[in-house]
Amino acid sequence: MTATTRETVLANLRAALPESSPLPELPTSGPWQTFEDPFVRFCEVLDSVGGTCCRVKSLSDAHQQLLSIDEWNSAKVRVSAVNGVGDPTVDLNSIDDPHDLENVDYAVLHGHFGVAENGAIWVTDDTVKYRVLYFIPQRLVIVMPSQIVHNMHEAYGRITIGEHAFAGFISGPSKTADIEQSLVIGAHGARSLIVFAVDDLA
Amino acid sequence: MSHPTLAQDFVDNKPRAQWHDKALWFVREKRDRMAASVPEWEDLRSHASAIKMHTMSQLPTYLEMFEAKAKALGVHVHWAADGDEHNRIIHDILQKHNAKKVVKSKSMLTEECHLNPFLEKNGYEVVDTDLGERIVQLREETPSHIVLPAIHIKKEEVGECFHKHLGTEKGASDPKYLTEAARGHLRERFCSADAGITGVNFAIAETGGFVVCTNEGNADLGVSLPKLHIACMGLEKVIPRASDLAVFLRLLARSATGQPITTYSSHFHGPREGSELHIILVDNGRSGILAKPEFRRSLGCIRCGACMNTCPVYRRSGGHSYESTVPGPIGSILTPLRTPEQHSTLPFACTLCGSCTDVCPVKIDLHHQLLAMRGFLDRKKLLGMSKKMSMKFLSGLLSSTWMFTTAGSAARTALRWMPRFAIYNPLNGWGKQRELPEPPKKSFREQYADNNKNSGRPS
Ligand code: SF4
Repeated sequence: MTATTRETVLANLRAALPESSPLPELPTSGPWQTFEDPFVRFCEVLDSVGGTCCRVKSLSDAHQQLLSIDEWNSAKVRVSAVNGVGDPTVDLNSIDDPHDLENVDYAVLHGHFGVAENGAIWVTDDTVKYRVLYFIPQRLVIVMPSQIVHNMHEAYGRITIGEHAFAGFISGPSKTADIEQSLVIGAHGARSLIVFAVDDLA
Repeated sequence: MSHPTLAQDFVDNKPRAQWHDKALWFVREKRDRMAASVPEWEDLRSHASAIKMHTMSQLPTYLEMFEAKAKALGVHVHWAADGDEHNRIIHDILQKHNAKKVVKSKSMLTEECHLNPFLEKNGYEVVDTDLGERIVQLREETPSHIVLPAIHIKKEEVGECFHKHLGTEKGASDPKYLTEAARGHLRERFCSADAGITGVNFAIAETGGFVVCTNEGNADLGVSLPKLHIACMGLEKVIPRASDLAVFLRLLARSATGQPITTYSSHFHGPREGSELHIILVDNGRSGILAKPEFRRSLGCIRCGACMNTCPVYRRSGGHSYESTVPGPIGSILTPLRTPEQHSTLPFACTLCGSCTDVCPVKIDLHHQLLAMRGFLDRKKLLGMSKKMSMKFLSGLLSSTWMFTTAGSAARTALRWMPRFAIYNPLNGWGKQRELPEPPKKSFREQYADNNKNSGRPS
């Protein structure tokens, strides 16, 4: 029997191995950058990457604030995965093909926490029926507890990787600078990102 | 063709070469500001380097671990020895799914394997969805940079290209307007695609998942609608632990574009409900590189592009002059390792200034490897006469104090009295586009001795 590609490749690698060298320890806290006020830092960095953060007390405050946003009110197709936030025009439960979400103008989705050093928010697919909702709406609102970690080491320290088919960090709206290095917000994904950081959820 | 020949046109267009140089320097400066804002930056680089070196030393074990974990999540894992096998595997998967329309996000590996022309020849529609890649695809070119594929193209040219292919207004060149047009055009493709192909930035051995980083959201849109996701990765993309991602995600975007992190850092573990996920592990010369001690650290590359942005030769000669999927300093190592005959001039497209090594987030000793590569090619008898002779001549000269001192003083005198054409003539490639500075009256040694004499210190 001839060897499979897998066997050949692995054998070639085994024949070429360098001397072993240690894997560094990566504590979740300690030697890494921290900030005096991580929440303030999170807001500043998010702002610098094109997003906006509003701190609110409760979900109903988030709801009120959302209703005062012109783009939300004028959006034709609005969906919300967060109970009590937003007055959606389409019920997500009624959708059974993600392609039907193509025309969503505005979506309200869940986030878990923010990262101060880079303005990123951790999101997971168990909080929404279709993961494409993180990418396909014209505009995006993320509602999360007002919990901010300092840096990525702390972030990975508090999540379990591998539990979700899709999970990720989102930092700001989608963007590109592929034409002469000029920054354009709204490449393929959301054109804007508003984050409601809710104290009652924290 | 040689690098100098390929760079000729680019270099001849002086204003354009200067514009290119400036655009990349701008990115380099953004990287510097970001790096300076993280106090433990140097520690992060050391950790990244150590993680990569450790992974290399147990690469087969980590790949098997990754494979087992991924399979347990319901992923189909394939192995490809080279680009052809990689392409055939993709062809088979697409056929099985009767998929005709493919959207693809940026993947240097699929470029390396020439996947697009292969699929097109076999009747598939392949759309590159990263804006820069779409631009070069429509212009029937290849990317000139691994992170900024269209960095060599002016907005007016993008405007012309979009006018022809997407029907934008004639003469329009506003980046916002053009991006908006591409957004509309590509949305249609996303929504009608049968399959999405992505690259992989990091594959995690302990969990069987992988991470893809983009700013545009194109990879995510491309794989969240169709029922088939194919992810292509080089063997070297595996890392041991999920916690290692913290190090790499902190370094990658800061080094690449001077952002604190990419907009989307998506973690995929197993297929979406009702769909299939395939991962292809590709060797294509990587095991051969691992077997070469002086070059194996190049496998640690996370494709950030920082070494290109900082390279004085890359900035002034453009990515296409390297005739290689990965250009710049790292490309001048990886490509000649694979195809030494065609790419023997690449390690000479380098001044050995070492700037690439200084910025590399995984601390690859790029300029040392570039020097070693010259020796590697010499041993393969692939160096032209002029390179060989000058290397021989210099090594003789530099290893004798007497000859070095005499030659220095002779040159200082000669340069002052020699007619211009002795240097600036068609036989001397060096004299093109360059001016020698005025030669000093005394050598460094003489100046040093004089200084010490004046300050009373022994020389
Ligand atoms: S060699 Fe280093 S600097 Fe160059 S692209 Fe790779 S990781 Fe970035």
